[in-house]
Amino acid sequence: MSMYRFALASLFVIMGHAHAAQGPGLGDSLDPGSLQKHDFTILPDGAGLPPGSGSVEEGAKLYTQHCQACHGEDGQSGSNDALAGGLGSLTSAKPVKTVGSFWPYATTVFDYIRRAMPYAAPGSLSADQTYAVTAWLLYINDIIDEDTRLSARTLPNIEMPNRRGFVWSEEVR
Amino acid sequence: MGDQLIPEAGNGLMGRRAFMTATASTAATLLSASAAGAQRTPWMRAPGAPMSESGVPSRHEAGLQRVLFASAPGTTGAGTSATPHEHLDGIITPSRLHFERHHAGIPDIDPDRHRLMLHGLVQRPLSFSVDALHRYPIVSRIQFLECSGNSAMMTAPEPPRLECGQLHGLLSSSEWGGVPLSILLDEAGLMPQGRWVVADGADAAVLARSIPLEKMMDDAIVALYQNGEPLRPANGYPLRLFLPGWEGNASVKWLRSLRVTDQPAMTKDETSKYSDLRADGSAEMFTFEMGVKSVITTPSPGLILDQPGLYQISGLAWSGAGRVQSVAVSADGGRTWADAQLDAHVLSRSVTRFRTAWQWNGSPATLLSRATDESGSVQPSREVVMRDRPPGSYYHYNAIQAWQVSDSGEVSNVYV
Repeated sequence: MSMYRFALASLFVIMGHAHAAQGPGLGDSLDPGSLQKHDFTILPDGAGLPPGSGSVEEGAKLYTQHCQACHGEDGQSGSNDALAGGLGSLTSAKPVKTVGSFWPYATTVFDYIRRAMPYAAPGSLSADQTYAVTAWLLYINDIIDEDTRLSARTLPNIEMPNRRGFVWSEEVR
Repeated sequence: MGDQLIPEAGNGLMGRRAFMTATASTAATLLSASAAGAQRTPWMRAPGAPMSESGVPSRHEAGLQRVLFASAPGTTGAGTSATPHEHLDGIITPSRLHFERHHAGIPDIDPDRHRLMLHGLVQRPLSFSVDALHRYPIVSRIQFLECSGNSAMMTAPEPPRLECGQLHGLLSSSEWGGVPLSILLDEAGLMPQGRWVVADGADAAVLARSIPLEKMMDDAIVALYQNGEPLRPANGYPLRLFLPGWEGNASVKWLRSLRVTDQPAMTKDETSKYSDLRADGSAEMFTFEMGVKSVITTPSPGLILDQPGLYQISGLAWSGAGRVQSVAVSADGGRTWADAQLDAHVLSRSVTRFRTAWQWNGSPATLLSRATDESGSVQPSREVVMRDRPPGSYYHYNAIQAWQVSDSGEVSNVYV
């Protein structure tokens, strides 16, 4: 962000405060225990990842059961988003954006599965199962080998192939 | 009347002064015609229907509906519906016709069981009930919401044969009322390390986006009202984030959690989805602001000009950077331009309705509109927007739209 934009934005914040109406202060205090139950946020450094672990082998079984119908046996030929393949395609006439070819952070895979998948029954996979499906998806993209076990400790350390493929817009720089 | 219609640009474009004169003359003609009527039409011969608890459009307008785009198999509820702009006027989109983009359907939320959590890098983590939020000071503004994928089909190599709303209907405009987020953040007490706020919704996808704290403190609201009534379920009932001028996906619906962080969470929707692929294979992320844009809504594909004569060209212009300053219209494919009249409400980060008069002589014509906003940004040509844009990069398309009127009065989408 340019200095001008930053100065302008700071001015808005100050002006906003000068004119801000006071709230009635009705927020209830939130205890840490309740937060842990309800907070989905996972950061790229792994903060927020739950305890547990999962293997590629376990993930293969879960994928067949819960994911394959929409994403295809190989993660490439389903009726919904391709999850695997597409490596090197981003500059081609037909870019294929998959976990392997495009996604910059491995934590995002776990985060998204935990939030939203399987489509018809989100929240039905345990933490161990979510690590396992994440492991399977990274395995079929040749990012980890078949013996890798994923956990809160190992997942954030995985360097995704397109990790350096993203730049922040000027709006937030 | 004919003497007063002085073209201001080529191919019959009358410009704004002539249009205002023409309106006055036409109105006078209509008045005298209606004063002469003594016959009763069927609906004048007996009292009409009684009052009702909730209104509906005329049965003669029953066809005026959103345009639905089907979901992929197995994902009912994930898709879009678009506003049919070719049949609407003014700057407020009726709530029932506001566009939709859902990622896991519309949740049926019990407001008594819904909470908004505000936590992370704050002194006092807080939880707000819906009732409590209704006791906070509410601000209300008329502003647009546009999906960053709006008009994406215009990146296709050939112009899609679609109607105006099908092409550009992931834009709508409402009066949004809600609590300034700055008040809630002040109550929780920001810690100095806070830079971002991760917002997520209570839909089945728990859709999440990371928003710069600066925007949250500037003009973000927790919206409770849309066009004077509580939000409708499809627009986030009982509460949603609303970020004026920014891509729609970031205005998280069914808002349930706001976590202040020192970094973005890099969610699926801000990395793999709502980022902009560039020609070198890299992708730009956090492109929040919607660019200056306009589209002629009438005449447009979906409407037919039944005979040569005087028509009003009307459309919408908007910019995520602020107010619309001017809109130029051309009836000869961009060879000559005239400034359109702007309706009275020219508001920041809102749609502005523009109008101009056009004498169609019955021969083929190409209609364009080009908006300029108060920051001086001018709506770019399609050539400029598509320059260096690789296949698969379809967000934030804001190019000048061209409509071709044929000699038979049919209107179609063309590239110029």
